[in-house]
Amino acid sequence: MSALVLVEHDNAALVAATLNAVTAAKQMDSDVHLLVAGSGCDAVAKAAAAVAGVSKVLVADAPAYGNALAEPLAALMAKVGRGYSHIVAAATKQGKNVLPRVAALLDVSAVTDIIAVESADTFVRPIYAGNAIATVQSGDAIKVVSVRSTAFEAAADSGGGASVEPAEAVADPGLSEFLGQDLTKSERPELTSARVVVSGGRGMGSGENFKLLEGIADRLNAAIGASRAAVDAGFVPNDYQVGQTGKVVAPDLYIAVGISGAIQHLAGMKESKVIVAINKDEEAPIFQVADYGLVADLFKAVPELEAELNKALG
Amino acid sequence: MKVLVAVKRVIDYNVKVRVKADGTGVETANVKMSMNPFDEIAVEEAIRLKEAGVASEIVVVSMGVQQCQETIRTALAMGADRGILVQTDQVLEPLAIAKMLKVIVEREQPGLVILGKQAIDGDHSQTGQMLAALLGWAQGTFAYKLEPKDGGLEVTREIDGGLETVRLRTPAVITTDLRLNEPRFASLPNIMKAKKKPLDVVGPDDLGVDIAARVKVLKVVEPPKRQGGVKVADVAALVEKLKNEAKVI
Ligand SMILES: Cc1cc2nc3c(=O)[nH]c(=O)nc-3n(C[C@H](O)[C@H](O)[C@H](O)COP(=O)(O)OP(=O)(O)OC[C@H]3O[C@@H](n4cnc5c(N)ncnc54)[C@H](O)[C@@H]3O)c2cc1C
Ligand SMILES: Nc1ncnc2c1ncn2[C@@H]1O[C@H](COP(=O)(O)O)[C@@H](O)[C@H]1O
Repeated sequence: MSALVLVEHDNAALVAATLNAVTAAKQMDSDVHLLVAGSGCDAVAKAAAAVAGVSKVLVADAPAYGNALAEPLAALMAKVGRGYSHIVAAATKQGKNVLPRVAALLDVSAVTDIIAVESADTFVRPIYAGNAIATVQSGDAIKVVSVRSTAFEAAADSGGGASVEPAEAVADPGLSEFLGQDLTKSERPELTSARVVVSGGRGMGSGENFKLLEGIADRLNAAIGASRAAVDAGFVPNDYQVGQTGKVVAPDLYIAVGISGAIQHLAGMKESKVIVAINKDEEAPIFQVADYGLVADLFKAVPELEAELNKALG
Repeated sequence: MKVLVAVKRVIDYNVKVRVKADGTGVETANVKMSMNPFDEIAVEEAIRLKEAGVASEIVVVSMGVQQCQETIRTALAMGADRGILVQTDQVLEPLAIAKMLKVIVEREQPGLVILGKQAIDGDHSQTGQMLAALLGWAQGTFAYKLEPKDGGLEVTREIDGGLETVRLRTPAVITTDLRLNEPRFASLPNIMKAKKKPLDVVGPDDLGVDIAARVKVLKVVEPPKRQGGVKVADVAALVEKLKNEAKVI
């Protein structure tokens, strides 16, 4: 049999997390197919066919799929996915939205946000905000699985030579309609795949003060993240939130500024290679996971850090 | 319109969870339990719809052990009208919960079902989407804003790049995200009043749903512990370490 991986995209380019999902799918089944559902998504189908290790790309190109609405997309995946051993997607907001719907349509369970594949039916996933790690075995005929991208290497996006075929047509249930998007504009690397992440918390005090982090982020080519408290206070948009119920990141370097280190925040960043914490409270729990802790007022330390980085990096 | 809200009893989010020594799960004996925080947001949203004259009755449903009655009473004290407990000691998976909710929805005929986007114990984030699939309804997950409009629902959703707005045909299923609202606290008089509100108890058998587990938990272990590192004296020392010791800049 084969594993089917949902390609996430914006009708122009593939979302990076898909490549990590392909690597996980390869560990479940040696034969991996991709499903591209979109509208005017030729370029994505081509990019998908070039992904290493993929044997077939199924393409459903129709207006109903243009905005990845869960209802038509899940109907398609449930129909197309019937003959597969596994149906896989990245554990992004889109993957989380659509995969459980697919599973229920097929009357099978779903295993979400896995961090390791033990065998074709056995997976490892964090529970309780990563305070416990569960190994679970699915007894269902089709395994429906979403993949935490930080836990798997990305498959190469070139070198593959998959065949491209149209997917079978499935009727649009017509339950929902796309009205619009309000996307955060940024020239910075994407949060979940950036090599360096600089995050601010409630200690930043205001949205205006987040500009202080931009100097460092520019210097390190970093993405900017935030704690829930900073998002709730309106300092930054919701898509900056790192944590149990936000995004999970695992960069080479994570710099937490004015963040206390609540368990829900740690769940989203404690797999980072090197963690730096800047906090004026030496008892802050963030220091228990930080490789390098600096007890200081951020309004003094952050400008200094920018200056020192300029010196050190020339 | 009747609104149905699903509330789960979970270990309070402030508790430091401990893995059982025998690797079968986490310690729940003598641990503080609360309503799943996302479900508080769901209850609050239903109450606001009632206050706005959109909702006529709020029914809360919880599934699990007998003590889930406390969770239902909390929702009733916040302002919900009546509760249903599906009582069982069995471990319930999202698919089983969704199937039982479907039967209750068919009996109660609500115009809207609101769930949390995620229960903070299993971190599955599945039940709402599964329920919507089983009912053949539209789903508005990770809701940031909810607006009944022209006989349908406009839902603004938190997505990876920001926000997205969709129009849903009703009846529909909604799952809440953190920014949808700030849940109220129940006042003491309302807590007293809630004790008199109706609460029905049924069993999975009454619903005719097979709730046998499909996914076997083989083991539960502690995550690898991260070693805390050092405190540095100043910013210069920090940059020196990052450059020469950690080699990440
Ligand atoms: C259901 C649920 C889900 C959640 N999901 C998430 C999630 O995904 N992500 C997340 O982050 N949180 C999440 N939380 C919230 C979490 O519990 C904490 O409330 C939150 O992480 C705290 O954010 P913070 O560290 O910025 O704020 P605080 O805890 O208030 O900490 C602010 C820190 O800034 C420091 N500080 C203040 N001023 C300065 C200064 N001038 N210089 C230096 N340091 C300073 C303080 O010493 C303090 O340590 C969730 C909570 C719940 C209930
Ligand atoms: N045992 C339960 N009883 C009532 N509602 C539940 C139960 N389990 C999950 N839910 C609902 O489903 C949502 C998502 O849970 P989950 O899919 O487990 O992350 C929760 O926020 C609740 O609204």
